[in-house]
Amino acid sequence: MKAAGRNTILLLLILLIICLFLFLNMVLGSVHIPMSAVWHILTDQGEEPQTWQNIIWKSRFPQALTALVAGAGLSISGLQMQTVFRNPLAGPSVLGISSGASLGVAFVVLFSGSIGGVALSHLGFIGEVALSIAAIVGSLSVMALIVFASHKVKGNVTLLIIGVMIGYLANAIIGILKYFSVEEDIKTYVIWGLGSFSRVSGNQMMLFVTIMAVLIPLSFLLVKTLNLLLLGDGYARNLGLNIKRARILVITCSGVLTAIVTAYCGPIIFLGLAVPHLCRVVFQTSDHRILMPACLVMGAALALACNLIARMPGFEGALPVNSVTALIGAPVVASVLFRKRKNELNE
Amino acid sequence: MNKSATIQLRNLSIGYQGKTHAKVVAENICSDIYAGELTCLLGTNGVGKSTLLRTLSAFQPKLKGEIQVNGKNLEKYNDKELSTILSVVLTEKCDIRNMTVRELIGMGRSPYTGFWGRLNSRDREMVEQAIELVHIQPLASRMLHTLSDGERQKAMIAKALAQETPVIYLDEPTAFLDFPSKVEIMQLLHRLTRETHKTIFLSTHDLELALQIADKIWLMDKINGITAGTPEDLALKGNLSRFFASKGITFDMESGLFRITNNYREQIRLTGHGYRYAMVRKALQRNEILAGRHIESEIYIETEGGANDGFTLHHPERSPIQASSIEHLLELLQEYKKQEKTATVHNCTCPSQ
Repeated sequence: MKAAGRNTILLLLILLIICLFLFLNMVLGSVHIPMSAVWHILTDQGEEPQTWQNIIWKSRFPQALTALVAGAGLSISGLQMQTVFRNPLAGPSVLGISSGASLGVAFVVLFSGSIGGVALSHLGFIGEVALSIAAIVGSLSVMALIVFASHKVKGNVTLLIIGVMIGYLANAIIGILKYFSVEEDIKTYVIWGLGSFSRVSGNQMMLFVTIMAVLIPLSFLLVKTLNLLLLGDGYARNLGLNIKRARILVITCSGVLTAIVTAYCGPIIFLGLAVPHLCRVVFQTSDHRILMPACLVMGAALALACNLIARMPGFEGALPVNSVTALIGAPVVASVLFRKRKNELNE
Repeated sequence: MNKSATIQLRNLSIGYQGKTHAKVVAENICSDIYAGELTCLLGTNGVGKSTLLRTLSAFQPKLKGEIQVNGKNLEKYNDKELSTILSVVLTEKCDIRNMTVRELIGMGRSPYTGFWGRLNSRDREMVEQAIELVHIQPLASRMLHTLSDGERQKAMIAKALAQETPVIYLDEPTAFLDFPSKVEIMQLLHRLTRETHKTIFLSTHDLELALQIADKIWLMDKINGITAGTPEDLALKGNLSRFFASKGITFDMESGLFRITNNYREQIRLTGHGYRYAMVRKALQRNEILAGRHIESEIYIETEGGANDGFTLHHPERSPIQASSIEHLLELLQEYKKQEKTATVHNCTCPSQ
């Protein structure tokens, strides 16, 4: 099996890149910390200044870990959506699940201002938790709606359209909420919408990583189902797959992943759509037994790279993650796809 | 007789169950499908071929009656059991990128594989066997999206074979293929019934092929429902000619095949034998002239014995004219007709022989 060996090497290579990016994420930032010092802090030896230790352990490490986990989760979620809808344009946000999260957040942010009289941004930690909960409630309710709809409708395309419609509906409500809100709250909401890996701190980060560490392996249980869904409903069904149940399982799995990531990092665009395509091209397979781990590592690596760029000296953390994911990621993915086309023609 | 009916349909009604009333597509279907035979379902568009196939493959519920597979009612099987009894080749085109033919065929093993869908040595053996049966060894490592329609169809048939089911249903497997590929697929399926003793049932629009290759034909129409039998029996009983009557198609008893109905305006005597005779006859037929050696006419065409392999147009008063090709011969005839619009050529509208 030549292909299997090649894939293992590729996976290991990407893992290595992840380690490298992880380390770079520790080293680079607005405060200059020498590499040796970073190494000492990470391996817990030597006496480095407390401020440096704080920067590494309280800021850079949580941020990098969040990026890693979020990237992996979104990429897997995107892969599942693309397979279940057999649509290359599908992604984690396609079913309006992230719009649901936005709606939840919009409700909390914009209402707390107009009703409670306090801007949420002043509430600190409680505000942070409230935002996460609102996002999860919002996205999971949209997902429940989608799952309910998938019971009722037969076609994939119909379901996809319903999802997109729900997304529009959520955005419309957000628009109305914005219209009646004070400027300060709108700014809070807009900043949330730009996405960030640095919002999660301390205990919350641990919770986020733990949840994802459970969910991502769970999503791996669906590989055979996903492989069968590739063949189309008719063939999958003939091979003994219960299509309705499979569809609901995959949508739920993918939806929960998106919901959790969105709750902690805001709606991160692009990664979930692009990484699966990148993996298909690089690994040249459509077998989910390879694509799933591939998306996991590729998504993590790409998210780390984006986080790195967003924090490059000069930007000082001012660059929103969403701008970086799209600005840097889109040309990279496009060029890979273009090169692939050429190879195909030459064959 | 060691012939066993794998599929038995008893008073089967198919269609779609609406909220208030059912839309019946066909009813009272009683027929059997036998193991080791290739059965072809023929019928015009919209008559319910696909609905019947979908009902038989348990994709949609029947309205009334019974479908028995190996002596057991179809709905008694669960999803898992069904996947080891029936396999399908559908019209929906699977355009999966980055999947090799061997991987696709391996998917046919899904009912037998475990949780992760990993193939064990027996599964891999079955895959290789399926590849061999369909003769697609050179394609096995190719990516699915690089195949032609015909090659893809063969890969799909191999997938169905890897599924190791006694029954295979195919929905229009020869649609979109060029003629040699159509023949190849049909012959392949026929060979499979003999080599594997599987029950193969397919719907098709390719009459000619079906009549030549199928063991059994099912004719499906709105009025009679399903009429089943060997192509030859159906021909003798007149079912075939009735089935396509009034559509400009005539069932030619001599060849056992269909041809386009010709209305003859003239008759001419034609002598000779073999291919050359048949070809001239066919060309004249197209030009609304009934030709034959039993016909009496003043001018006549000799298809052999002439100099340099030509055709000879004999005339009672003039000397015979040589034609080098059938095209030339037709030109000569036309010229002759222009010159003499007399009664040398009988004017009549005679039915075919």
